[in-house]
Amino acid sequence: MGELKSLSIVPFDVQTVREDFPVLKSKVYGKSLVYFDNAATSQKPQVVIDKLVDYYSNYNANIHRGVHFLSQKASNEFDEVRNIVRDFIHAKSEREIVFVRGTTEGINLIASTFGRQNIKAGDEILISAMEHHSNIVPWQMLCEEKGALLKVIPMNEKGELILDKFHSALNEKTKLISIVHTSNSLGTVNPLKQIIEAAHQRNIPVVVDAAQGIVHSDINVQELNCDFLVFSGHKVFSPTGIGVLFGKTELLEAMPPYQGGGEMISSVSFEKTTYNEIPYKFEAGTPNIADVIGMGAGLNYFSAIDRVGARVYEKELVEYAQEKLSEIDGLRIIGTANEKASVVSFIIEGLNAMDVGMYLDTMGIAVRTGQHCTEPVMNYFNIPGTIRASFLFYNTFEEIDALVTGVKKAILLLKK
Amino acid sequence: MKIAEIEKSIVEDFGLFDEWEEKYQYIIELGQKLPVLDEKYKVDENRVKGCQSSVWLHAYAMNGNVFFEADSDSTFVKGEIGLLINVLSGQPAKDVVETDLEFIDKIGLRQHIAVTRANGLASMIKQMKLYALGLTSKESV
Repeated sequence: MGELKSLSIVPFDVQTVREDFPVLKSKVYGKSLVYFDNAATSQKPQVVIDKLVDYYSNYNANIHRGVHFLSQKASNEFDEVRNIVRDFIHAKSEREIVFVRGTTEGINLIASTFGRQNIKAGDEILISAMEHHSNIVPWQMLCEEKGALLKVIPMNEKGELILDKFHSALNEKTKLISIVHTSNSLGTVNPLKQIIEAAHQRNIPVVVDAAQGIVHSDINVQELNCDFLVFSGHKVFSPTGIGVLFGKTELLEAMPPYQGGGEMISSVSFEKTTYNEIPYKFEAGTPNIADVIGMGAGLNYFSAIDRVGARVYEKELVEYAQEKLSEIDGLRIIGTANEKASVVSFIIEGLNAMDVGMYLDTMGIAVRTGQHCTEPVMNYFNIPGTIRASFLFYNTFEEIDALVTGVKKAILLLKK
Repeated sequence: MKIAEIEKSIVEDFGLFDEWEEKYQYIIELGQKLPVLDEKYKVDENRVKGCQSSVWLHAYAMNGNVFFEADSDSTFVKGEIGLLINVLSGQPAKDVVETDLEFIDKIGLRQHIAVTRANGLASMIKQMKLYALGLTSKESV
């Protein structure tokens, strides 16, 4: 991160970006909202909200087959977002961008199409010990169906993958690796370039779950050389219910379709249907037009801000939070990887995480408590769950001070 | 006191607090005041299913009245149990089975607790009513 610091000349202007997010002015129980549940979903800037209102107010129409003005306007706006996403993740072509409902659907799509086509009995699929349930269960279902084996790259007590074990797990039976870019419960950023390089030496394709990574790192799919990458729009300032599956052209072309219906076909007769080209082959039915258009605005918003400055600032936030929280007696931070995003998971000895979360809520502080859809991670650390505070560039040091005070008060109150 | 009277007094107590933070603190205190449940009752068969937190509920009957004791690893959940015990413990089993526990909505508890906890609360109430139902039928045999 040292190089980032030297690139950032002007301090990040948090007060100005806060103005872009109307919800940050909310009061909760009469207190100013402190929103630290960003790993669950990001807040939306006014430009995204305006874009949705504009679409529904001024050019709501079904796309691609309408001859009328509204349909053409909506189609143009919709199609342009594929180019926006292509540029945002630096894909070679907009044909490699498939719109899905979110990360979960993206992974399920790959499992149902590429997975069903290529995984056979006795094959092995490799995931990591810190996967979200959505990057475990679809592969378990596939393995069950095919008689394949799901193998797990273990991690150490800092929450870092043990790379030696990764290398030794690779063999001629390994047919797919699906791995998280940034852990949602620990914050760990995985060394994907290394992993992908090693996988490709054995011709093993790699799926990247970038649900968290998309907002904390600059994702370049060509540089990363991943075969698939999935993310959800809502974690990156965009609406819910829309996400992206990136796949390399040659892989997408070879894959069978996902769901059948309109849009994904080129011709239909009762005897034979031929499928549309990529990416449309994977987009049956009327798409989520409004939220695709909203996601275009969200990604454009993010691209326009000082992203290097934002990343440096987020790093400062998480370091400050970890320093202040660590000073509290009985508090233990879970996930202390060297490469870490702005996520702090912690437990407090003798206290129930949800009790603490509820108390913080009474102070207007929004955190998440529990297993964060990563039950195996909690089992590894032998804890029932954590309290997680996750930061984005619109958060402030003062808000972290409020969190630290809240945690201290919760301990006094609950530890009687 | 009858169930309805105790409920009325709880609603009045909660009416003294303007802020959710104060209500939360009051519920926490109720949890901390809850008598300790004997370890021998903290067994799987006493565990309330459907709660995210661990909750153990022990029930017994005397002269047609049903009594409850409970514990949880969550102080807040203990507070919720404390409220339920204040209202239901020592009451005629029939009344426990039939009550609607309207005070829960009146004190504004449901609107502040997460869905998982609301489901847990519903499971606790269901478990208490089932005990009461079972105990009445046993006693009458």
